Amino acid sequence: METVWFILWGVLWGVYFLLDGYDLGAGALMPVMAKSEEDRKKIYNSIGPFWDGNEVWLITAGGVTFAAFPGTYATMFSALYSALMLVLFALILRGAGLAMREETANPRARRFWDVLFYVGSFLAALLFGVFFANIFKGVPIDGEGVFHGNLFTLLNPYGLMGGLLFLVFFFTHGSIWLALKTDGDLQERATRSALRFWRVLLVISVLFLVFSGILTSLYDNYLANPVLFIIPVITVVSLVLTGIFVMKRDWYKSWWTSSIYILSATLFGVIGIYPSLMPSSIDPAFSRTIHNTASSPLTLKIMLGVVVVFVPIVIAYQAWIHKLFGGKVKGDRSAYHEGY
Amino acid sequence: MDVLILSRLQFAVASMFHFLFVPLTLGLSILLAIMEWKYVRTGDEEYKRMVKFWGRLFVINFVIGVLTGITLEFQFGTNWSKYSEYVGDIFGSLLAIESTLAFFLESSFLAVWIFGWDRVSKRLHAWSITIVAIASNVSAFWILAANAWMQNPVGYTIRNGRAELTDFFAVITQKLVFLEFLHVVSGAYILGGFFVMGISAYHLLKKQNIDFFTRSFRMALAFSMVFSILEVVNGHFSGNYVAEHQPAKLAAMESHWETQTYAPMALLTIPDEENERNLVELIKIPGILSFLAFNNLAAEVTGLKDIPKDERPPVALTFYPFRIMVLLGCLFPLLSIFGWIWRKKLIDHTRFLRIMLYAIPLPYLAIEMGWMVAEVGRQPWIVYGIMKTSDAVSPIAGSQVMVTLIAFTVLYSLLGIVDFLLLARIARKGPQGIEAASTGKEVRI
Repeated sequence: METVWFILWGVLWGVYFLLDGYDLGAGALMPVMAKSEEDRKKIYNSIGPFWDGNEVWLITAGGVTFAAFPGTYATMFSALYSALMLVLFALILRGAGLAMREETANPRARRFWDVLFYVGSFLAALLFGVFFANIFKGVPIDGEGVFHGNLFTLLNPYGLMGGLLFLVFFFTHGSIWLALKTDGDLQERATRSALRFWRVLLVISVLFLVFSGILTSLYDNYLANPVLFIIPVITVVSLVLTGIFVMKRDWYKSWWTSSIYILSATLFGVIGIYPSLMPSSIDPAFSRTIHNTASSPLTLKIMLGVVVVFVPIVIAYQAWIHKLFGGKVKGDRSAYHEGY
Repeated sequence: MDVLILSRLQFAVASMFHFLFVPLTLGLSILLAIMEWKYVRTGDEEYKRMVKFWGRLFVINFVIGVLTGITLEFQFGTNWSKYSEYVGDIFGSLLAIESTLAFFLESSFLAVWIFGWDRVSKRLHAWSITIVAIASNVSAFWILAANAWMQNPVGYTIRNGRAELTDFFAVITQKLVFLEFLHVVSGAYILGGFFVMGISAYHLLKKQNIDFFTRSFRMALAFSMVFSILEVVNGHFSGNYVAEHQPAKLAAMESHWETQTYAPMALLTIPDEENERNLVELIKIPGILSFLAFNNLAAEVTGLKDIPKDERPPVALTFYPFRIMVLLGCLFPLLSIFGWIWRKKLIDHTRFLRIMLYAIPLPYLAIEMGWMVAEVGRQPWIVYGIMKTSDAVSPIAGSQVMVTLIAFTVLYSLLGIVDFLLLARIARKGPQGIEAASTGKEVRI
């Protein structure tokens, strides 16, 4: 049961990254992508109906961590206090920018909200990477869950590489999304950007896989159980396919393969730390694992029932909404004002 | 300052600010659903205009509510890790269920509603806001079940050094869940109603869009009247519940020091916490407190002196908010009833309209005060009787919390100001402002 929840936990975070990944990526790219007010409107409109629903996956991933592994939830977010708070502030600023910029006609005020929007998106993408790379590597926590370090402890080479990896895959994913949702010059720029970032991503991904072997013990589980190597293989294959589809300008397929890439890359790290959810770099005995932090069997059973019944329903209506608002977006006016 | 005080302040700032937005979402979503179904049924375009105008205010409010809600979900982990670890088995699962059942529905169908005017049928569009309304209220149920458990833990056992769930059904069906749910949503509906009435009053005073705002006003009036009367009844039962289950909170709410039968209540009381007495007690009537708390003039009411000092909540911070909440709670049905009497000729009752305009902030105040009574009055416990707040805080450096507390305060203040200015501007422009914006023309005031 704990193992089932462990996998669900990894999948939920992966789904969050692949969904919010495209809107954070598209947002962070705005300053280089958008050449005009019309372009900016298109970018906003391309994520308008979706970003809030995507962000609920973060709340759910957090909530599920709390419900299934309360000890991990407690240690993870208190130990990494400053990093998490920065992510949350970034998400608030970005959301505020997104919601407010259409409420003003003053170009200077709009620029201000735009800056909040893309800086917030950029920071969130970067920090999520730093956050998770450090978890994969192990964090200096003692047996009481007390963190022995500060914000800069997290900015070690592996953590920074994780930040860069996340940033570049959010960029790639966001570029693909924009290419899918727009046309004309903006689509051209998004295409070029998708290709460019895809090449960078390929390099960083390989480096990350190599350095994971040098700097972390992620591979131990894989060596003990070689069938698991299927996960990093899927990661690499889906990344290669993403590039091929981008070159063919097959946006739907490249969006899907890039989503599979994100999900499997997340799972690569998550499976590597099993049975820990948060390994300690001081002593493995201090790690927060599925054994010492899981909820009671009764709670896990109830929560499994809830998730098995409701998550497929959520996916069904969110897919329907993506279809409902599918197709190219316009940039002549704000979609918010289409109705209002 | 130590990490405990800072974390408490931060949680107070974050949750009270978040709760400025939640009640309007709960109340206005229902009014919007009613307006839109009227539009679907009658085909009267005026209702559609109403949906669009009030809807725009709703959406802005909703977004800020969402943004400030995300941090709350994580603050149990960041600042209250000992608490999270101790009760996560129960408390965490309620939060996770809230998010899975309610937040997805809310956010997804709100998107359909905002962006879907030209893409879905009229009925499906009306259903979207209906689903948003239902989902918001469902979310209130789960979070209040979690809060009720902190007030009165049930269905658990202490095992493996923490509270573990033994009876899920008991947790979500205990009496307090329903009392709290009805109390909070009624308060939110009153707030939604007063919000609509207040803005309508502004336009009626200016004699503009008279039909539009008379209709809006009356619809909100009926809604507020029903729930403000129900709230008084519910408030009484909630008081009985506190008297029975949390005697220390009751004693603090009333600044009641001596245990006695025929416990009195004074018209005006000023507590003197330091000397364990009241500085002023004007016009004391015996038996009233006993009667209000236990429906029996002779009932014995425990005084604060019989509660160990380290188990007493801060008296002033419980007592004054309670007074303010109750006074306002009595004012709302009165105002609603006057509105009902004058509903046919609202436009002539300018003094009443002016009062209603200035009454907009009052339900906000009442709701925040209510939360202070509930949460401060529970102190020193975080989970009543089983865990103290001082044992719940994370083992982190106070300096970190100081930085985020300042950041929250600054960020939220700015966000609050922007939100207020924006809502005020849209509200002042009236429906014409919205219609001009949707045709691409900007209107300035």
